[in-house]
Amino acid sequence: MTSLLTRRRDKIDDLGGRSLTADALIRLRRNPVAIVGAVIVGLFVLVSIFAPLLAPHGPAEVFPELQRNLRPDSIPGALPGFPLGSDQNGRDFFSRLLLASRQTLFVGVFATLIGLVFGVLIGAIAGAFGGWVDTVLMRVTDVLLSIPSLLLAISIAALAARPSQTTVIIAVALVNVPIFARLLRGAMLAQRESDHVLAATSLGVRRGAIVVRHMLPNAMGPVIVQATLTLATSILDAAALSFLGLGDGDPARAEWGLMLANAQSYLDVRPALAFYPAIAIILVALGFTLLGEALREALDPKGRR
Amino acid sequence: MSALLEVEDLKVAFTRRGEPDSVAVDGVSFDVQPGEIVGLVGESGCGKSVTSLAIMRLLPERGNRVTGSIRMDGDELTALSDGQLRERRGRDLSMIFQDPLSSLNPVITVGLQITEVLTRHRGMDKKAARAEAVELLDRVGIPDPRRRLDAYPHQLSGGMRQRALIAIALACSPRLLIADEPTTALDVTIQAQILDLLKQLVAETGTALVMITHDLGVVAGLCDRVNVLYGGRIVERAERHELFRAPRHPYTHGLLGSIPRLDGPPGEDLAAIKGSVNDNLPWTSACAFAPRCPNALEVCTSVTPAPVEDGRFLRCHNPVGAS
Repeated sequence: MTSLLTRRRDKIDDLGGRSLTADALIRLRRNPVAIVGAVIVGLFVLVSIFAPLLAPHGPAEVFPELQRNLRPDSIPGALPGFPLGSDQNGRDFFSRLLLASRQTLFVGVFATLIGLVFGVLIGAIAGAFGGWVDTVLMRVTDVLLSIPSLLLAISIAALAARPSQTTVIIAVALVNVPIFARLLRGAMLAQRESDHVLAATSLGVRRGAIVVRHMLPNAMGPVIVQATLTLATSILDAAALSFLGLGDGDPARAEWGLMLANAQSYLDVRPALAFYPAIAIILVALGFTLLGEALREALDPKGRR
Repeated sequence: MSALLEVEDLKVAFTRRGEPDSVAVDGVSFDVQPGEIVGLVGESGCGKSVTSLAIMRLLPERGNRVTGSIRMDGDELTALSDGQLRERRGRDLSMIFQDPLSSLNPVITVGLQITEVLTRHRGMDKKAARAEAVELLDRVGIPDPRRRLDAYPHQLSGGMRQRALIAIALACSPRLLIADEPTTALDVTIQAQILDLLKQLVAETGTALVMITHDLGVVAGLCDRVNVLYGGRIVERAERHELFRAPRHPYTHGLLGSIPRLDGPPGEDLAAIKGSVNDNLPWTSACAFAPRCPNALEVCTSVTPAPVEDGRFLRCHNPVGAS
């Protein structure tokens, strides 16, 4: 009994010890959906970091022993040293599949980050100032949001003189900007009406400090969740751009969308060439979506007991 | 002695295009002497909170019209620029709100919320501000203040949150503190503690306090003078003991009469003021309280009662105790 009492006392003395983040993490760990999402995302990140070590061969290396067996009606499958066989050009399919994860992660992360930074900037300004600044920024945002995201990404990517990885990142990031801007602006407006912002105002806190210290951190929750979900759509959009030939054309770089596009002509000869990259894209997008949804649930104050 | 705060003919109307203005405060005048505790009492919708927000100039920028004069130390607060106002808020006058949880920023520590004000208005560096914050938390009776500095609002109990808010509001020793129902969101036992604390701090620091409440018990224990608001106007103002000893306005009388008494006969129905604020008449051509007033005369529904100042301020055609 004494031990229970002391433990209770310690717990009380511990200042209620759980921060919002710790609380959310605990709930994430209890959610099987979150675990599945986290495992997929974790594996994907590990694979893309260590891909050069994991991949038995280089992405652009052409192997005569594979090339010799290439025929219009057959592409060699698994061979010793080549676990998934050859691609249509006599390169090691397995290595390319692994190395492509790096492009996907790189493009996905940067397209999301750039979209996040500019979206937050625009949303914060619109939400903090209101008035005509808000009206102008949000009407532009509305226009961008009214165009289907992939169509917008294609249009922007097509403007580039020479498609490259950078143009893909810019195109996808631009699609993401209005999403973040709109979301943050709404949350900022709600913050403007909140009691603690009124209280800070009543203490003469400067406007800048109110926006940066009192409104923005409280408004960021939904934006962070959206960022996880946007990682998934960014990866899909980037793959789609590559698939349509608006991505990086460099044959030395493997990219799932491009691999999928190239595999189209060999669907009847060796469907595995399309199957694996497609599965990879789907899995990664699913992983980020599951994780994002779970995160949204974990951070939702209504779900807190 | 000149007044610290003088509110004169304050009117606040909420405007909406295509609709008649909705008048929340209708010509309120009162003053606060240095170090004095003044109560603003009334039921929901009588304009007491709007009055306090108007004094702090915290009403939304659009959708309302504020007229009249609010002077602090002779300076017209309504004429200050936003920048000048920000300099004075928190330093010369500050405010405590009703709900201590939602009035604290949930994502930053209590310590940061105190030091923010100290560095802003008293030009302290971080270290000095932290030391001062410990002092402040100690003074409002928060145990182990050094550790509490790094606590987030949700880690504190309701009473401690309100203590922290008081510490923040008093950080720069303002000469005027407005407390808008500071005990409504708290347990009864905590309410008493907080009221005692406010009383003690006000006595120690010489800060004047405007206490906004619907709770006559709070008024009885705390205020020097009491303004009773009804329908956006002050209907009676008196020194506390005078008011409780002999309420003159039928509304005040009704409010005091509706307090349950421990020594009353058991089973007796509680006295109540019949009707609700929805029954109000417009002040422009009547007494707003007339439909609910047990003392109402014919004249109450057709003539606005003129304010009378004789020993106390009163706005009534037929006050209680009149022959």
